[in-house]
Amino acid sequence: MQYLLNVIHDSAENATEAEQAAIVVFNKQMQADGYWVFAGGLGVTDNATVVDNRGEEPLVTDGPFVESKEYVVGFWIIEAPDFDVALKLATDGSKACHRKVEVRPFL
Amino acid sequence: MTVHDAITRAHREEWARVVAVLARRFGDLDIAEEAAAEAFATAVERWPADGVPPNPGAWLTTTAHRKAIDRIRRESRREAKQQEAGMWQEDPPESVGAVEDGRLRLVFVCCHPALASDARVALTLRMVGGLTVAEIARAFLVQEGAMARRITRAKTKIKAARIPYRVPAAEDLPARVAGVLTVLFLVFNEGYLATGPDTDPVRQDLTAEAIRLTRLLRELLPQDGEVAGLLALMLLTEARRSARVSPGGELVALDEQDRTAWDAGLITEGHRLVRERLGSGQAPGRYQLLAAINAVHTSARDFRDTDWSQVVALYDQLVCLDRSPVVALNRAIALGELDGPAVALASVDRLAQPLDGYHAFHAARAELLRRLGRTAESQAAYDRAIDLAGNAAETAALTRRRKQLP
Repeated sequence: MQYLLNVIHDSAENATEAEQAAIVVFNKQMQADGYWVFAGGLGVTDNATVVDNRGEEPLVTDGPFVESKEYVVGFWIIEAPDFDVALKLATDGSKACHRKVEVRPFL
Repeated sequence: MTVHDAITRAHREEWARVVAVLARRFGDLDIAEEAAAEAFATAVERWPADGVPPNPGAWLTTTAHRKAIDRIRRESRREAKQQEAGMWQEDPPESVGAVEDGRLRLVFVCCHPALASDARVALTLRMVGGLTVAEIARAFLVQEGAMARRITRAKTKIKAARIPYRVPAAEDLPARVAGVLTVLFLVFNEGYLATGPDTDPVRQDLTAEAIRLTRLLRELLPQDGEVAGLLALMLLTEARRSARVSPGGELVALDEQDRTAWDAGLITEGHRLVRERLGSGQAPGRYQLLAAINAVHTSARDFRDTDWSQVVALYDQLVCLDRSPVVALNRAIALGELDGPAVALASVDRLAQPLDGYHAFHAARAELLRRLGRTAESQAAYDRAIDLAGNAAETAALTRRRKQLP
């Protein structure tokens, strides 16, 4: 079963060097343990664009789909046998990147 | 034993077992719950005519199993369901031991930290305790529809996020057991000091249910010191229940309680558990210390005989484990009996900042100020305590004590 681990933060600042190093260690461990599927950093929402093509014409808007103080700045997609494993990885990931992490199961 | 008694007894003893067995077989709490409820409804219909089966538990499990199969067929999702059922079927077919284990798994899944605290309480009472949604809604003064949604949402999350149905790994066990105990203690406390001006001050249905579930947990985890500690704490608290509210509906403080009205049987059982833990040689946790404090109180023939130095020593240990200002407040109150009200008041006043919104803080100050003869200040403190108290019997007791000021 796959889970999305969203990294949540409230500022545009990049990870510090120490955080970056901890993330690399965490990623390598996840790869070695077979949990790793994919990961990526997203940064600020200023560069987001929303397109809505449910009507006759696609409607393009500048900015994120919802303005909020906190937003997703990155994510991991992991393969885990159950929620407790996913939660443990999210706990370790939050420590490594020093940011909040949201666990979302795939359907 | 009448058929009605047999059904009540089977419900009390077998409900969690039936739900646990079906949850494992079908990998779905929803199906397990509904099938168990249907099986008990069938028992109510059939047992008066057919007689009580020789093994009620087996009869109920078999009936519930058939009901679950019926439901799955009805929904004609049999194949999909059977595939899904694979997820909880990692273990070999259950022996008696494994069935016991099933109930423990059920407790852990209902008290999972990823569920909201109120959902954990509700789900545990429904799945493990066998209370109906209506009963749980009444117990927590919530509309039945809202309570049903709360439970459904929790069950949906367990399924969608694949929260595992198993006993946690050894390294996670202490934290997870602590989570289960928190849920049981919440249920007990809501019964022991019910909130709301229109509720009974003591809800015996809730305290009894909390004790029953904690006994079950003790059966399943007999080596766990904190489980024993919480059970002892509940028993020694429940033992004083009938002395705790006066015929006039007023909360009676420990120093004014009629100790002959205490339940000697519960006290003996609680003391035995506390002694067992003391004999274990392991460092006590929070519940064991609270139980030990209550054991000191319930050992004293009257309030003046209380071994206060022992109580304060236990609170000193507790403060090291639990830095909450409420524990510090209780320690200060005990200190007042040992070193006098002036010393206690100085300790209590240091807690003003975190506890200003807590009625017990102002009640404690009022008591100490009264003993120091500072009547006007005592009166003001009683007023604050009365304003903040949520329990009807407690408000009545505070009002009387305030009136008795010179």
